[in-house]
Amino acid sequence: MSYLNLEHVSHLYFTKKGYTRALNDISLSIKEGEFVSLLGPSGCGKSTILSIIAGIIKQSTGTIRLQGKPINESSLAIGYMLQQDYLFPWKTIMENVLLGPKIYNKNTEDVKNKAMEMLEEVGLPNVADAYPASLSGGMRQRAALVRTLINDPKIFLLDEPFSALDYQTKLKLEDLVSKLLKMYQKTAVLVTHDIGEAIAMSDRIFVMNANPGTIEKVFEVPLELRNEDPFLVRRHPKYQLLFDKVWEELNKNEKESVQTKGVHKVDES
Amino acid sequence: MNPKNDAHLFKQYQQRLKKEKRIVWIWQLSILIVFISLWEVSSSFYWIDPLLFSSPSSIIELLYTKLGDGSILSHVQITLFETIAGFLIGTLAGVLFATLLWSSQRFSRVMDPYLVIMNAMPKVALGPILIVALGTGYISIIAMGAIISVIITTLVVYSAFNEVDPNYEKVLKSFGATRWQCFKEAIFPATLPAMISTLKVNVGLSWVGVIVGEFLVAKKGLGYLIIYGFQVFDFSLVLSALVLIAIFAAIMYKAVERLERWLIKHSG
Ligand SMILES: Nc1ncnc2c1ncn2[C@@H]1O[C@H](COP(=O)(O)OP(=O)(O)OP(=O)(O)O)[C@@H](O)[C@H]1O
Ligand SMILES: [Mg+2]
Repeated sequence: MSYLNLEHVSHLYFTKKGYTRALNDISLSIKEGEFVSLLGPSGCGKSTILSIIAGIIKQSTGTIRLQGKPINESSLAIGYMLQQDYLFPWKTIMENVLLGPKIYNKNTEDVKNKAMEMLEEVGLPNVADAYPASLSGGMRQRAALVRTLINDPKIFLLDEPFSALDYQTKLKLEDLVSKLLKMYQKTAVLVTHDIGEAIAMSDRIFVMNANPGTIEKVFEVPLELRNEDPFLVRRHPKYQLLFDKVWEELNKNEKESVQTKGVHKVDES
Repeated sequence: MNPKNDAHLFKQYQQRLKKEKRIVWIWQLSILIVFISLWEVSSSFYWIDPLLFSSPSSIIELLYTKLGDGSILSHVQITLFETIAGFLIGTLAGVLFATLLWSSQRFSRVMDPYLVIMNAMPKVALGPILIVALGTGYISIIAMGAIISVIITTLVVYSAFNEVDPNYEKVLKSFGATRWQCFKEAIFPATLPAMISTLKVNVGLSWVGVIVGEFLVAKKGLGYLIIYGFQVFDFSLVLSALVLIAIFAAIMYKAVERLERWLIKHSG
C-alpha cells in the first residue's frame, strides 16, 4: 500500500511578467519506509515538489495524499531539510533544535533530554549552548538534522542537504543520515544533483525533465545496494552499471530540452 | 629565540597603536583649546561683537550661576523628558506600524502612497496643527519629537522585515508554524540589528522635533531658552542652551550606542 501518493500534480508559478509551468502532471507513490531520490537538471521543479509535499505551497491542480488523507488534513509532522542548514543565528544550538517542539507546544523536559541524546548520537555532545556561528558547516548540518528528527516526522524531505559541504563531510553525513533514517524507519525524499549520492542512498530514483517538470523515468536500485552503507555502495560492482544508465538518461534529457523555454511572457495589451 | 622575537614585535605593534591613539587625542584636545581661546580672545579684543557671539568665559559664568541656583535644571529636565518620550514613542510606534504593514500585504499596498507622501513631507511643518490639536503643553512637543521619526522608522523596519531570508520562514512553516509564530521566531529577531540602527538615527531626529516644538510654543525647556535669549538679545543664554543641548544629545547618542552593543551581544 502506498504511503505518500501524488496524483496528476501540476504547479504554475505566477509573476508579474508571466507564468512558469514548474510541474506538469506528476504522479508518483512512495511506500512507507522507502527512500526515493529526485534527480534532474536545475529548474525542473524538484524543490517545488518538496515544498508542495511539505505543505508550504499549494499545488495548482492534482491531489496529494498521505496515508490516504489529503495532505493538508493530515496532522503528521513533516521534516524538511534545506541545502543550507538555516539554523537561526540568534538562537543557541539547543534552542534551534527545540524550535519544532516549541511550535508544537511540546517543549517539555523529556524532549530536552531526548534532544541532548540525539545531539550526542550525531557527534555533537558539547555544543548545546553554542551559537551556530561557532560551528563548522558539517556540524551545523548535523544540528539541523537533529532539529528535524526531534519532531519525529513521518516523512523526511531533503533538498540537496549535502551539496554545500566538502566531499569528505558529505560522505560521512550520508552514512549518518542513512543510518538514522533506517533506524527510525522514515520515509524519505531526497533531491540531489549527485547521481552517486542518489544511488548510494535510495531505493528508487526518479529522473526528471525540465520545461515543464515531468518525471521521465524511474530506476530501481538493486537490492544488494539498498542495504549497504552509502559509502560502501559506491564500491559495489553494480553501482557503476546503474550510474551509467542514469547518466545516459540525464544527458538525453538535456539535449532534448535545450530548445524549449520555460517562462511564458504574457502581453499586457 | 623566535617566540621571544615575536613577542617583541607584538609589543612594538602595541606601542605604535598606543602612540597613534595619543596623537589623535592630542590633536582633538588642541583643536578644542584653540577654538575656545580664539573665541575668548577675539571677543575680548572686540574682533567679533561680544554682544552677538558672547564668549566662553561668560557662557561658563552663566552656566555656573544658573546651574548653581538650579534655575536652568528644570529647563534641562523638561527637554530631556520630551526628547526621550518622543524618541521612545516614535520608535515603538514605527516598529508597531511596520508590523501591521507586514501582517497584511493588502494593507501595506493600500498604505503605500500615503507613506510616501508622509515621508516626503517635512514633519516640522505639522507643528502648528499639532499645537492646535493637542494644546500648548508638553504633549504637542512630545508629539513633534515622535512624529518626526515614526514614518522613517516604519519604512526602514518594514523593508528590513521583507528582506529576511524566506528560508527561515520555510523551516518554521515545515513545522506548521503560524504567520505570527514566524514573525516572533524569525522575522523580528532577524531584523533586530536594523531596528537598533534606526534607534541611533531617531535620537538625532527627536532632538530636532523637540527643539522646533519648543521654539513654537513652549514656556520651558532649552529650545524655549534659545528663543527667549534671542528675543531679549541675551546671546550668552542662547549659546549656553546650545552647549547643554550638544552635551546631552551626545550623551544620549552614546547611551544608545552602548545599548546597541549590549543588544547585539545578547541576541547572539
Ligand atoms: N517563487 C517562484 N516564483 C516564480 N517562479 C519560480 C519560483 N520558484 C521556482 N520557480 C520556477 O519554477 C521552476 C522550478 O523551480 P525549482 O526551484 O522547483 O527547481 P529545482 O529543480 O529545485 O532547481 P535547482 O536544482 O536549481 O534547485 C524554475 O523554472 C523556477 O524558475
Ligand atoms: Mg532546488
